[in-house]
Amino acid sequence: MQGSEVKPRSTSPLDWLTGTVGQIIISLFVPILTFIVLWQGFIFLRDSNAPKIIIVLVAIIWGVGGVAVLYTVSNWLIEKLPPFWVRSLQPFVFVGPAVAILAWYLLFPSARTFWISMYGSNSTDFVGLQNYAAVFTDRTMFTAFRNNVLWILFGATFSVIFGLLVAVLADRSKFENAAKSLVFMPMAISMVGAGVIWNFIYEADPNIGLLNAIWTTLGGTPQAWTSLLQPWNNFFLIVIVIWLQTGFAMVLFSAAIKGIPGEILEASRVDGATELQVFFRIMIPYIMPTIITVSTTVIIFTLKIFDIVWVMTGGQFGTQVIATQFYREYFTNRNFGYGSAIAIVLLLAVVPVMIYNLKQFGEREAF
Amino acid sequence: MSSNVGSAKKDKLVGDLIVNVALGLLVLLWTIPTIGLLVSSFRDQFDIATTGWWSIFPHREWVTTETIDPPEVERDQPIEVKGVSATFDELRDGVQSGNTRLVWIGNRRLGTIQVQEQEWTMNLDFTLENYQNVLTGKRYEVTQPDGSVKVEQGTDMSNAFLNSIAVSIPATVIPILIAAFAAYGFAWMRFPGRRMFFIMVVALLVVPLQIALVPILRDYVRLDLNGTFLAVWLAHAGFGLPLAVYLLYNYMSTLPRDILESAFIDGASHFTIFTRLILPLSMPALASFAIFQFLWVWNDYLVALIFIGATADTQVLTMRIAELVGSRGNDWHLLTAGAFISMVLPLVVFFSLQRFFVRGMLAGSVKG
Repeated sequence: MQGSEVKPRSTSPLDWLTGTVGQIIISLFVPILTFIVLWQGFIFLRDSNAPKIIIVLVAIIWGVGGVAVLYTVSNWLIEKLPPFWVRSLQPFVFVGPAVAILAWYLLFPSARTFWISMYGSNSTDFVGLQNYAAVFTDRTMFTAFRNNVLWILFGATFSVIFGLLVAVLADRSKFENAAKSLVFMPMAISMVGAGVIWNFIYEADPNIGLLNAIWTTLGGTPQAWTSLLQPWNNFFLIVIVIWLQTGFAMVLFSAAIKGIPGEILEASRVDGATELQVFFRIMIPYIMPTIITVSTTVIIFTLKIFDIVWVMTGGQFGTQVIATQFYREYFTNRNFGYGSAIAIVLLLAVVPVMIYNLKQFGEREAF
Repeated sequence: MSSNVGSAKKDKLVGDLIVNVALGLLVLLWTIPTIGLLVSSFRDQFDIATTGWWSIFPHREWVTTETIDPPEVERDQPIEVKGVSATFDELRDGVQSGNTRLVWIGNRRLGTIQVQEQEWTMNLDFTLENYQNVLTGKRYEVTQPDGSVKVEQGTDMSNAFLNSIAVSIPATVIPILIAAFAAYGFAWMRFPGRRMFFIMVVALLVVPLQIALVPILRDYVRLDLNGTFLAVWLAHAGFGLPLAVYLLYNYMSTLPRDILESAFIDGASHFTIFTRLILPLSMPALASFAIFQFLWVWNDYLVALIFIGATADTQVLTMRIAELVGSRGNDWHLLTAGAFISMVLPLVVFFSLQRFFVRGMLAGSVKG
């Protein structure tokens, strides 16, 4: 423990031997014990028939505690080494697990998925880029691409517009906090839950679906908004994501608007600018960086959209998007190569944003 | 002068009014869908299927005031009732005269005529039965058209609820812990590959998780991990890590350097400094990411669908509800209660910790 001061204390070789051997035994014993305890926990969770509550409690303690114990034990082991080794190895105890998990869960899979995409439906015969040729010529995929463009174009645009609108209005209202909370609330709701909620709007039966109730009161006949009304049904699905994402945009815009120096707004108003001029000539340019950030975030989100479509229509009736086609091809049709090719196309679509992020990062001083 | 001030005041009042009305309309538009679900979840199975949830508001509706037996005349001739003469077919569709309406109920031979009047009503029969059904999986008897009685098992969601908790809490804490260690390492330690590893984190920020599903699923099948909690935790940890490391690094690297240096001089090790000093100091950042990750995991459907899949034992709430939508699209009463139960916890977390959540989003997106 005390480094160099230890030496004079123990003179007998026997003492030294028992001391070192004891250290080694403990160093071996602790990791082995840790491993056994964690393994037993895993077996218990997998096979036990205990009441659900107990399983849940054990799972939480085992999962959270296990990770903490692993860090503590591996750090404890490293710190037993001479100072030089501590200095060079300890960073990897801290950073290593994160890097390993990132590599296993995101980095390597990108390459592996690409590899699978070069093979046929059951991953045995090499077909080169044929799957990609198929992806870009298939009519179903063409509709999926078109729909994704619609999602990005309308979903992202209206989320940003409504978010900005609510943020600006709330900023001048006495009920700011209440209004913002309510608009923000859908962010806490799962897309599956949102699907159920919106079924009560879109249901074809006018006694259940609000939209049809209004429509029939106005003299129309009940419509199956999300299925038969192609291709407009996509827009009814997009409305749901606007409903979900506006809160996100609003919060960021609201913070940005509050960051505009009051003097600038004051000065422009004194100079006789109308409210619209203040909005378009001063606010919008001032919060432009936020608008760009929000837009990219929402665009990436809508690009990956899956749950809403899957729960509302199952990707049928011409509402399929890239992510639902990926799921259908890979998990329903078990067409592994083709499904993987779709996933790679999705990855390629975010590459511009990735490059932009890396560029931004490169400009930072810290690294 | 005074009139000028007066008109300016008036302008301001009108402006405020316009702002608040517009805001109110938007808020209403945004809350109506959720209100509809909340109201429906307290309504009886029959009510849900026959009247809209908005019928809880006062509205005019035909209400039967009297039931009379039809006069004994030939059915294919006009029938005289209450001073109205109409054919059977007309009566069956309802004949309106002034404030009353006559409707034939039943078939051509046997039947009664209802005299209805328009009245203001509200449909205020609320029940907790849907929640009971969904939570306890209560058995209930259904009489089939042929007279036989069929016992149906209600959909039990309490198990799925507990599973969601068992998935969400570790899947929130584990990535935070791993990310916090890594963020400290990136911010305060020097080691070869530091820059390269962090570039990897930044690059992976936007990678869609769809790319990883297939290879990871294959690994899990090989390791026999599919359907276990551990599999889902690790998957959520992997997909949440880039943002977590990035956010926590941003926060930790701004902590004042002197604190650490004085701790080093006092002989503290990195591990001690991290657990005793940096973790407590980083609480705001940890909390804001925790809420983010918790909501994301709790509401996740795709990851659960793929890594839990058919394992009924560990199915989470979103999967159960999606299943209900698919298999029992007409069991609205179960869907409403189920969906609302799945929202309770995230809404509580969300409203009580909103401040942290917002702060986390600001740190994540505006800074970049």
